Amino acid sequence: MSQLSTRHLLGIKELTEEDIRLVLDTAANFKEVINRPIKKVPSLRDITIANIFFENSTRTRLSFELAEKRLSADVVNFSSSTSSVKKGETLVDTVNNILAMKVDMVVMRHSSPGAPHFLSQNVPANVVNAGDGTHEHPTQALLDAFSMQEKLGDLTGKKIAIIGDILHSRVALSNIFCLQKLGAEVRVCGPTTLIPKYIESLGVKVELDLHKILNWCDVANVLRIQLERQQIKYFPSLREYSLYYGITKKMLDGLNKEIVVMHPGPINRGVELSSDAADSSHSIILEQVENGVAVRMAVLYLLAGVKG
Amino acid sequence: MQKRLVLDHLQIDIILRRFCYQLIETHDDFENTVFLGLQPRGTLLLDKIVTLLEQIFGKKVPSGYLDATFHRDDFRRRDFPLKANETKIDFLVEGKKVVLIDDVLYKGRSVRAAMDAMIAFGRPLKVELMVLVDRRLTRDYPIMPDYCGVKVNTLDSQYVVVEWKEQGNTADAIWITEKGKS
Repeated sequence: MSQLSTRHLLGIKELTEEDIRLVLDTAANFKEVINRPIKKVPSLRDITIANIFFENSTRTRLSFELAEKRLSADVVNFSSSTSSVKKGETLVDTVNNILAMKVDMVVMRHSSPGAPHFLSQNVPANVVNAGDGTHEHPTQALLDAFSMQEKLGDLTGKKIAIIGDILHSRVALSNIFCLQKLGAEVRVCGPTTLIPKYIESLGVKVELDLHKILNWCDVANVLRIQLERQQIKYFPSLREYSLYYGITKKMLDGLNKEIVVMHPGPINRGVELSSDAADSSHSIILEQVENGVAVRMAVLYLLAGVKG
Repeated sequence: MQKRLVLDHLQIDIILRRFCYQLIETHDDFENTVFLGLQPRGTLLLDKIVTLLEQIFGKKVPSGYLDATFHRDDFRRRDFPLKANETKIDFLVEGKKVVLIDDVLYKGRSVRAAMDAMIAFGRPLKVELMVLVDRRLTRDYPIMPDYCGVKVNTLDSQYVVVEWKEQGNTADAIWITEKGKS
């Protein structure tokens, strides 16, 4: 018998190692459930969940919605582009109006870092952060850790490289917190302009040479170049970025060991990852998507079970 | 410490053999029969029945482990959520005769949840229930076993503890103890 130490999932930073391991263990049970002929369980049939997305999303939103439906929860979807937010309504007012319709949990994506924390202090529902600006994306980190664990076993002592646009990535930060709590060694790699200035204070080493880090790591978690968040030019051209930091199948085949390649999606094919590398046997990108549903089911199930 | 022995290892062995012969009587050649052990404690009993039946009848009946945690009706009513166990069923139960196997039948809620969970693997032809111990005075649901080792009269303030040698105990045994006492 065990439960999470928190009633909200705001970030990995707030979770304990036991919380993370509980989510991953429960996700393994849910992965078995979603591979049954009937993929649905009645656990959350008395729960209503609102998916509130103030930012675009395909994968995460679909994944959360599927997870909620597989748990038999009632689901309402909300998108800022078609709502009264456009008319000037505040975040708390919007959410309180939704909660007045007896919603028990809120899954929220927002472009402002800290928005889910603010929400959790102002509304009575359980809040799940589905990505807040450049801050955290906890469920992505949990599903990444779950996918790595499936492939490599226990992550203690494993070498994980996070490669690409670290500066604008919420996935990178959540991954660093999560993997370190599970005992893995994390290094980041990318052009100096895309590496946050004080990242070494988190206990990660910076490597600027892609070939060196690929030879070092067991897993390469490749991140997307987030052009939509880049107000200034961080590198001369996509072509140049791809020449220095793009991973190809030839590169992977040339390594003296098997490494696992991951990507949280959406992929800029031909920029951070070539098409043949993304579709190669090294890649577990589609397994990540499948595991995403199982991990989100585990998160929702465990949060719903927290008393108080 | 109040602790009363219900069955010792010799009596348990006799019951397991009786179960096997009863199964042979009702399931003929086991062509269309599968066994499901309920997690967490019915799986050990299942493994024993499968092994013993293979020795007696010379045939290994398909079997699997079924976890009903996500189908329970007391989720969010407990102080702590139950931790799920592995479900391991590599066949469909569609059109099969299913024997659900558990160690103790108490309120009947686990069995109800297990039947709900089982339906995810197809529509069975028939479902039977086998339990080692039937706590007959404490039922919440109208559920009765088809194969029963022993019936006991117990109170809600008591536990029925099933000890197996495989779990590090000195011998197989079944005890009734008082809650809050070891």
